[in-house]
Amino acid sequence: MHRNKYPFIAGFLVLPVGLYLLLVIWPYIQTISYSFTDWSGASQKFSFVGFDNYKDLADDDVFLKALQHNALLLVLVPTLTILLSLFFAFMVNVGGRGGAGGVSGVKGSGFYRIVFFFPQVLSVAILAILFKAVYRGDDSGLINGSLQAVGLGDKNHPTEWLNDPDLVLWCIVFVMIWAGAGFYMVLFSAAMQSIPRDIYEAALLDGAGRIQTFFRVTLPLLWETIQTAWVFLAILSMDAFLLISTLTSQDFGGGPDHSSEVISTYLMRNFQTYSKSGYACAMGVVMLLLTLIVSIVTLRLSRRERIEY
Amino acid sequence: MTAPATQPPVTKAAVPGQRGGTRGGPGRRDGMEGKTLNAFSHGFLVLWAIMIVLPLFWILLGNFKTDSQIKSSAWTWPTEWTFDAFQRGWEKGVGDYLLNTLIVMVFSVPLTMLLGAMAAYVLARYEFFGNRFLYYFFVAGSMFPVFLALVPLYFMVDRLGMLNTYQGLILVYVAYSLPFTVFYLYSFFRTLPTAVHEAAVIDGASHTRVFFQIMVPMAKPGLISVGIFNVLGQWNQYILPLTLMQKQSGGDEDRSMLAQGLVSLMNQGNYETDLPALYAGMTISMIPVFVVYASFQRQVQSGLTVATLK
Repeated sequence: MHRNKYPFIAGFLVLPVGLYLLLVIWPYIQTISYSFTDWSGASQKFSFVGFDNYKDLADDDVFLKALQHNALLLVLVPTLTILLSLFFAFMVNVGGRGGAGGVSGVKGSGFYRIVFFFPQVLSVAILAILFKAVYRGDDSGLINGSLQAVGLGDKNHPTEWLNDPDLVLWCIVFVMIWAGAGFYMVLFSAAMQSIPRDIYEAALLDGAGRIQTFFRVTLPLLWETIQTAWVFLAILSMDAFLLISTLTSQDFGGGPDHSSEVISTYLMRNFQTYSKSGYACAMGVVMLLLTLIVSIVTLRLSRRERIEY
Repeated sequence: MTAPATQPPVTKAAVPGQRGGTRGGPGRRDGMEGKTLNAFSHGFLVLWAIMIVLPLFWILLGNFKTDSQIKSSAWTWPTEWTFDAFQRGWEKGVGDYLLNTLIVMVFSVPLTMLLGAMAAYVLARYEFFGNRFLYYFFVAGSMFPVFLALVPLYFMVDRLGMLNTYQGLILVYVAYSLPFTVFYLYSFFRTLPTAVHEAAVIDGASHTRVFFQIMVPMAKPGLISVGIFNVLGQWNQYILPLTLMQKQSGGDEDRSMLAQGLVSLMNQGNYETDLPALYAGMTISMIPVFVVYASFQRQVQSGLTVATLK
């Protein structure tokens, strides 16, 4: 290139980078610095309090409860979603028998691919309205109504799914899996399709059954994708804010009696309702650290020798 | 519906024999194992499909029921097929929310595409100091949950005097859509051939001109894919408008986006009893998503997986 390219580069980058710095990066950095202050959020007056917010967090029962729920989600949601979507992906890609070489999806694979993925494109608002109706606590809810239709539910004491402290978190887990499994099915499908067919054919010729094929061939070759999926799902379940805040009771969700509280809902309540913004920011930093730790641990623990093919 | 005919009838009969011939024992055992497994696995696929379709269909049916019908039992069938609920939902604010969303997206989506393409193009095709750093800097932005930035973001937008304004939300949408857009288009611009570019430069075209007249048209497939994601993503966005589009004073106009407005309608729903109207609003907001997904289903699926697998 003969002409000076730098003015052009600068001209093309200044707007996107500027906007991104101002509205995305800078707020993240500010979250960290506010976490060391007693800022209320209402005015710009605050003083530096060191690690006080963090010390308070360690004694805050609600926060500790929220942390436990986050940990539970962190284990349950990725594990169940990955198991389920792996199964789906396997069925849709290699589950069928009878094509040339014996490797093909089951009948209707194309249909399943479209339908299972659809919840992924629905907004959280839609999910909230949908599942509020599904979980409704009288027999007009889809689950209660269906249970009673087949004679399983108790008509006088229908289950209050989202108001039962023992059930509410499980209901949330179900919605997260319902919405996410299709996406990971498609993700694993893409990975499975990049596995050369002759590996499967060789396994078939050696007389491997479907279960064997899955554990001996598919799973090892998919390891890296599963790892990526785990990190994504972990970040997702760390958040869970939108779903819980819209589906459960209390300001910004978390009810009943904090039994579905997660860090994000408690953070928002501290910020918006209690005007404890500095404290809220400290929670944000804890979440940020946890997210980073989970990602690093996942990548470390699941590190295996890369299989080339 | 779209069940592909991947299994010609002939091979079906041929396979057991063929396999039995190669390896007697394991082959036959697999046949048995296969049958029970088949019934179970197929059953589960069907069950999951029902679990996805049934609730959605049930809600759609709710558009045509009366409020008391919905509340009496889950298994009622609409008696009158009228569109009254749509009209009521529309008047309760869905119409305004839809308009607000459209106003924002008419600007935010093209602006996201333009700025994202510019940044991605420069990062992908020009060597300069800090190039790699900027690229990772953009990629990192998609790693963290959005609401960690919400508290300071709120005050930043407030300081700019842009709370509850369209322009404020447009800028925020663009900023938060940039990481994915840049990331996706970066790899797309890398794959485009350099020959055309060089020819144009020799002919005396400026860098800017090369970008707009040669690279953008060539990158059209990538731009369309990422455009679909941005449309879906910004249409479904909930937390950013929830934080930034709140009425600042009593006389202030309600500039809620569709998703946000629906949730506030739902929360009022405990007091005002009109579930069919709420479901109608939900249907209205779902139709565009459904149309986009149904028409671009392949691009949506492959685009997202490509972006994730890289």
